[in-house]
Amino acid sequence: MDKSKIDRSMYQKAKVEASEKEHIAAPASTMLADAWIRLKKNKAAVVALFILIGIILLAIFAPIFSKYSFRDTDYNNVYGLPSAAHIFGADQFGRDLWVRTWMGTRISLMIALVAAILDLVVGVLYGAVSALFGGKVDAVMQRIIEVLVGIPSLIIVILFLMAFPAGVGTIIAALSITGWVNMARLVRAEILKLKNQEFVLASQVLGTSKFNIIMKDLIPNTVSVIVINVMFTIPSAIFTEAFLSFIGIGLAEPQASLGVLINGGYQVLRMYPHVLIFPAIVIVLIMVCFSILGDGLRDALDPQMRK
Amino acid sequence: MGKILEVKNLTVHIKTHKGVVQAVRGVDFYLNEQETLAVVGESGSGKSITMKGVMGILPKNGKVVDGSVMFQGNDLTKYSERQMQQVRGSEIAMIFQDPMTSLNPTMKVGKQIEEMLKEHRKEMSKADRKARAIELLSLVGISNPEARYDQYPHQLSGGMRQRVVIAIALACDPKVLIADEPTTALDVTIQAQILDLMRDLQKKIKTSIIIITHNLGVVANIADRVAVMYGGKLVETGDVADIFHNPCHEYTKGLLRSIPKAHEKGGELQAIPGTPPDLMEPPVGCPFAARCKETMIVCQKYMPDYTDCGKNHKSACWMLDEMAQEVNSDEK
Amino acid sequence: MHSNRKGDVMLKYVLKRLGYILVTLWVIVTCTFFMMKNLPGTPFDAERFSIMTPQQQERVLEMYGLNDSLPMQYVKYIKNMLKGDLGTSFTYVNQDVSKVITGRLGPSALIGIQAVLIGLAIGLILGILAAWKHNSGIDYFTMILAVLGVSVPNFVAAALLQYYIGLKWGALPVGFWTGWNCSVLPSIALSFSATAMVARFMRTEMLDVLDQDYIVTARAKGLSQMKVLMRHAVRNSILPVVTILGPIVVNLMTGSLAVENIFSIPGIGSLFVDCIKANDYPVIMGITIFYAAFYMLIVLLVDLAYSLIDPRIRLAKGKES
Repeated sequence: MDKSKIDRSMYQKAKVEASEKEHIAAPASTMLADAWIRLKKNKAAVVALFILIGIILLAIFAPIFSKYSFRDTDYNNVYGLPSAAHIFGADQFGRDLWVRTWMGTRISLMIALVAAILDLVVGVLYGAVSALFGGKVDAVMQRIIEVLVGIPSLIIVILFLMAFPAGVGTIIAALSITGWVNMARLVRAEILKLKNQEFVLASQVLGTSKFNIIMKDLIPNTVSVIVINVMFTIPSAIFTEAFLSFIGIGLAEPQASLGVLINGGYQVLRMYPHVLIFPAIVIVLIMVCFSILGDGLRDALDPQMRK
Repeated sequence: MGKILEVKNLTVHIKTHKGVVQAVRGVDFYLNEQETLAVVGESGSGKSITMKGVMGILPKNGKVVDGSVMFQGNDLTKYSERQMQQVRGSEIAMIFQDPMTSLNPTMKVGKQIEEMLKEHRKEMSKADRKARAIELLSLVGISNPEARYDQYPHQLSGGMRQRVVIAIALACDPKVLIADEPTTALDVTIQAQILDLMRDLQKKIKTSIIIITHNLGVVANIADRVAVMYGGKLVETGDVADIFHNPCHEYTKGLLRSIPKAHEKGGELQAIPGTPPDLMEPPVGCPFAARCKETMIVCQKYMPDYTDCGKNHKSACWMLDEMAQEVNSDEK
Repeated sequence: MHSNRKGDVMLKYVLKRLGYILVTLWVIVTCTFFMMKNLPGTPFDAERFSIMTPQQQERVLEMYGLNDSLPMQYVKYIKNMLKGDLGTSFTYVNQDVSKVITGRLGPSALIGIQAVLIGLAIGLILGILAAWKHNSGIDYFTMILAVLGVSVPNFVAAALLQYYIGLKWGALPVGFWTGWNCSVLPSIALSFSATAMVARFMRTEMLDVLDQDYIVTARAKGLSQMKVLMRHAVRNSILPVVTILGPIVVNLMTGSLAVENIFSIPGIGSLFVDCIKANDYPVIMGITIFYAAFYMLIVLLVDLAYSLIDPRIRLAKGKES
């Protein structure tokens, strides 16, 4: 080594900053803030989020700002092709498909959202009660769930729809009657896992009340499981609704959900593919975006990924 | 006694999505025949990566960017993947840290030993291989080896699994055995047994051993020579007695001070304050400068050269520089 | 002796699970029975029924077992069910429900099995390649396919396949069920989501396995990349794929309702949808029971198979430990 640059003065003791000794890679941040930062780095998830926001805005405002209504018929424009006046064309009664598609999106999203909220409330409560009470209560509640998971949920949904008059409310009820089971199982498993972890034990030893343990230790740590599950419930509810309407036992005309529109489009696919294509694209976009966003959120919230 | 393995200026970079980690920054060491070399250092000092670089089993994002690994006159870094495959296992074998995870959970242990023979001893018949596998199991001290041969890893205890891992490594009588923290994951009583076993086997099959550890007790127990690593660099090497009785590098001294001593009850344990440097942006000077008690300005600016501080004993520390000693004595 | 005890544990476990299945089936039968009885609609239209003589009405009601009190009907239904008799269909005149269902099994089984096989073959290959070449083109391709596979509703996929490949291109027959070549397009349509599920699951599982220490051990043995991949990585990651067969079967059942309708396949799925529209309650109940029993048996078989092929799993202690 070239020692010419080194002189005596450099052999003086140096001061070492305390901060240099302890390298802390990143400032401490809360779980949600952390997750948000990570989510923002996931380009696909951000794009999906923006597309979803766009779709939701269109679903809310497109029907309001259009001069057509979703039920206005125009027999001069039956199966009209997409044009400047009718961006998505028109259907067998000459109704404007632009308005009907966004109206259908609105209904599909609303059904999915309400169903997801019901799932969330029932599932979280059921799972939490089952896990927190334990013992006999848990055993009975788990037996009930075991019976329910034995049945393919679509069958329950179909039977339910037969028993009650078709309508938005019936579909929501039918979707939630089976939907909560998954959430309940996840929440129960997560709470049971947390209950045995050291930090909860530590709270107990320190004399924290049971209520506070639930509110401060258990619930915040199950949030990620809940959020992720909701992100997968919504597209699955949208799919189920569309599916039911498609096979003809969900909503019916003149109500427009995406499933109803796709069913209508399928009938005339050979002659007028545009009637099917637009609602199909919207539903696929919604499902894809929720799926990508759900994956992104899972990666962002997964505590094991936190380093 | 000749050198069986000589590593020069080994440099390994690992690409992560945050940047390139300079995990190993020009490491030199050698291994004599039938000798045991202990590589010591805390987690993240580059010990394991150095050895994986020697074996050519770095993770996908890791790469040897400079240096040579001379093994029996050939440079392994110049070998093709195919040539390396013939060296791995048969000439240089490796034992890993956690016996709970280093065995394939869905393969019978006998088969896992035989796999090695199948690869490197193609002349052996099926019956020969089985006989050899059972022989190896009993060699590493597993009782009832015939029955164990047909068991899965989860049916064995941790200590037994580590014996199986050793049996696999020794299947082809390797010339060099690299043991990456072979006792860290085991109970203290089992640790001693495994170390004894390794020492016995070394005598029996005349292999050379590199043992990676952060446990100085293990070093005292088994090693002939010691290499101390810090921040991706080798900071001191020497015979085991010299390192323990006459450490030259401040890091080694700190490491030795941090061992609890049985005869000094009540004394506080001496930890080395601070954390190891970030190897994404390694310090330009001595890697230990940020935590050293004796840091001088020069330490922060230049990496010290190796200075002899005894027979076979070298250390890279500015304190050993003549000028530093002069300045020091002036101040006193 | 040791294996004998293991056998006992296994038998006990199977019996317990079968018990659960029977209880679940009983709950389903009971619920659906009383629900159906409260639904509007009779097997025959009201006009023709009203012009019958009282004797004729009596005879018709007796034929469908409708003249007893409700609890009596229930007991009879259960009794007959145990004998394999699920009653008489309303729409398929004078036909036993069980015959109607078994007559439709063939086509459904054919496209179902083909869809599973397609899904497994393509899904496994894509999953393995994606994990092996992590973050490469094939990996991104697989991920996009996996997202699309679960996001494009099967009825949309089926409709588009029928239109573009069947009608426009004329490559494969659609419309009438005349033989095996009619099963190709529906099987493909049905296999999309299965392929996506398998590919995604296999990729995740394999990435996890590739990170394991025993893969490093295998490399340190001097095995070639191919051997490490096939003998250690694939073997260990392919076993858990068995566990998603349950969800896949549910998925296929659901899918078959739409796909069979679109391609006019005389299978269980289209029968179910037709009977729902026609209020043919005995057949609906029969198919409900059939679907539930089939699904639960598949799940049981999957659990048993998994415990047999993976030495780490021991049934009695539960598979989560």
